[in-house]
Parts: sequence; structure tokens; C-alpha cells
Amino acid sequence: MTVYLKFDFHAVCKKVLEDSLQAHDIKYNLTGFGEVELLQKLSPDKKQDLADTLQAYNIEIVENQKSVLVQKIKDTIIDMVFNEDTEVNVKTSAYLADTLDHSYGYLSNLFSEITYTSIENFIILQKIEYAKQLIIKNNLSLTEIAFKLNYSSVAHLSTQFKKTTGITPSAFQRIISKRREISQQQ
Amino acid sequence: MQKDYIHIILADDDEDDRMFFTDAFEELKIGTKVKTFNDGVYLMDYLNAEDCNLPHVLFLDLNMPRKSGLECLNEIKANSKFNDIAIAIYSTSASEEDIEKTFVQGANIYIKKPSSFKTLKKVLSEVVTTNWQYHTNGLNKDNFLLRL
Repeated sequence: MTVYLKFDFHAVCKKVLEDSLQAHDIKYNLTGFGEVELLQKLSPDKKQDLADTLQAYNIEIVENQKSVLVQKIKDTIIDMVFNEDTEVNVKTSAYLADTLDHSYGYLSNLFSEITYTSIENFIILQKIEYAKQLIIKNNLSLTEIAFKLNYSSVAHLSTQFKKTTGITPSAFQRIISKRREISQQQ
Repeated sequence: MQKDYIHIILADDDEDDRMFFTDAFEELKIGTKVKTFNDGVYLMDYLNAEDCNLPHVLFLDLNMPRKSGLECLNEIKANSKFNDIAIAIYSTSASEEDIEKTFVQGANIYIKKPSSFKTLKKVLSEVVTTNWQYHTNGLNKDNFLLRL
């Protein structure tokens, strides 16, 4: 028997964080996505304990200021792409600069230096990932997906999908469903 | 973050291909450690060893003596110890049938061996950076398909 699940990643992460912090008896205040204000000073030992607990969920405490900012850029982009309630009417570059309070040039250089890729490529990758999820889970048509992801046309989405992954959306769908058939037979 | 090396393994019976491959990575700016094996038997012996340092990306030639790339792929996919490895098929064939078959069997990447060194560098760099995105951003590896 196979059961399909639907996740709310934000809620899952938040719950994991809350449980871990409570388990260590730490007073905290969740200030935003990926940011926790600790209401007490942590000894290095206790901080290490917390880091170890979080490590089990692949959550990492980010130390370096540059990495923190890069993480914020990523979070902002992921929120823009995956969260349909976040409506962005301005250009992405302006939105990022505005939200994170740095010039876009600075953000863009920093991002490339740390991640080996550009902000533009990162956005495309995230959009295509979202498109893949929609193709697999919701059985939406490409037209609907193109609309959801703000593409001007289905052709534009298909072209970008093919350019990013090397395969067409329909080949992708075929491969994933064949993989599923095989794993169900086993 | 930059001090972490990306571990790469190639299994290919062609000596020239192995040399081009290693040279290409040496010329890229990305910090990688590359290991090569002459065939599938050597590769699987290495991977199955208990204290083995598993690669981030594994490149498999399809046609190798003793144990083919496809046999390796199936053995790797059957063992959950190897779940985190991204598998790239590195082959001279570009038939649609081969490509789709290997994807269905669990490969993440399919590369047709490029004919020039310059293209090879470009292709390998794209593989490693894309894989790095999946690795560092917690993206779903099951959905990771890339054809170059």
C-alpha cells in the first residue's frame, strides 16, 4: 500500500526547532523564518549540544556573516517561488535589495562567491524544482503550472525546463511514473 | 564552506577518457578530489569496503569489461547506504532509449561524452555545481534529473 503525503515545510521546521529548543531548556523567540532570538546567553558547551541536536535534522547553525546573508537571499527567493501568498509586483532584483537592505550588485557578487552559482540561476532552479513537484503531486497540466509560476506561456516554461534539466517536462513525468511502478512491484 | 572538497569518482575502462576527466577537474576552480577505477568490479569493491569515503558524484561508463555501468547502477540503487550519491552516466551513446532506461533505473545525470576538452570542462562544471545546489539546499534528490 502506498500513501501520499503533503507537507508544510515551514510548519515542520518550526515544530522541530521549538521541540529542540525546549528539550534544551532554552528560552527563545522565533523572529522569522530561519532566525531565532535566544533570550539567554548560551555556554559554548550548551551551544554545541543544541547544534548536535539540530544536526540530526540537517539544520545547521550558521556562523559566518556572509553565509547568513546568502542564506537570507535563498530564503527570500524560496519564499517568493514556493509561497503563492507572497506576491511580488516589482522586479526580483529590486525586491531582494529592498527586503535585505543591500544593493543588488553587492548581493549578487556575494551570492556567486559563496555558492558557485548566480542568483538568476538559483531562481530558475527553484522554479523548475517547484514545477517538478507540481507535475508529480498535483497532476496539474503544464498550462496551469506555467500560470502558477508566472511564466508568460507554456512554451517558455517547457523551454526553460528543458534547458535546465536537459529533458522535457513530459519525459520527466514518464520517468518518475515508471520509477514508481518499479518500486511498487518490489 | 569552501574548504570542503567535493568527492568525485569515475569508473571507465578507457585510459584516455580517465586522463581527460582528471585533467578537466584539475583545471576547474572548484575544489574537488577525483578518484578513478578501470572497471565496475574494482569500483564496487571500493564502495563496499566498510571505511569507504563515499563520493558526492559517481560517474559510470556504460560499457566496461567484467561489470558494466548498468550492473553497478543496479547494485548501488539496491543498497540504501548509497542513497546520497548522485549517479552520472558517462557514455558515448546518446540513444533516447538508453537515456530513459538509465534514468528510470535511478541515474540522476546522463552525459554524452563530449568531443572537445573545452566542452568537457563546461559539462563537468555544470554537473558539479548543479549537484552542489541539491546538496546544500536540501532539494529532493529523487527529482534530480539532468541530461547534458
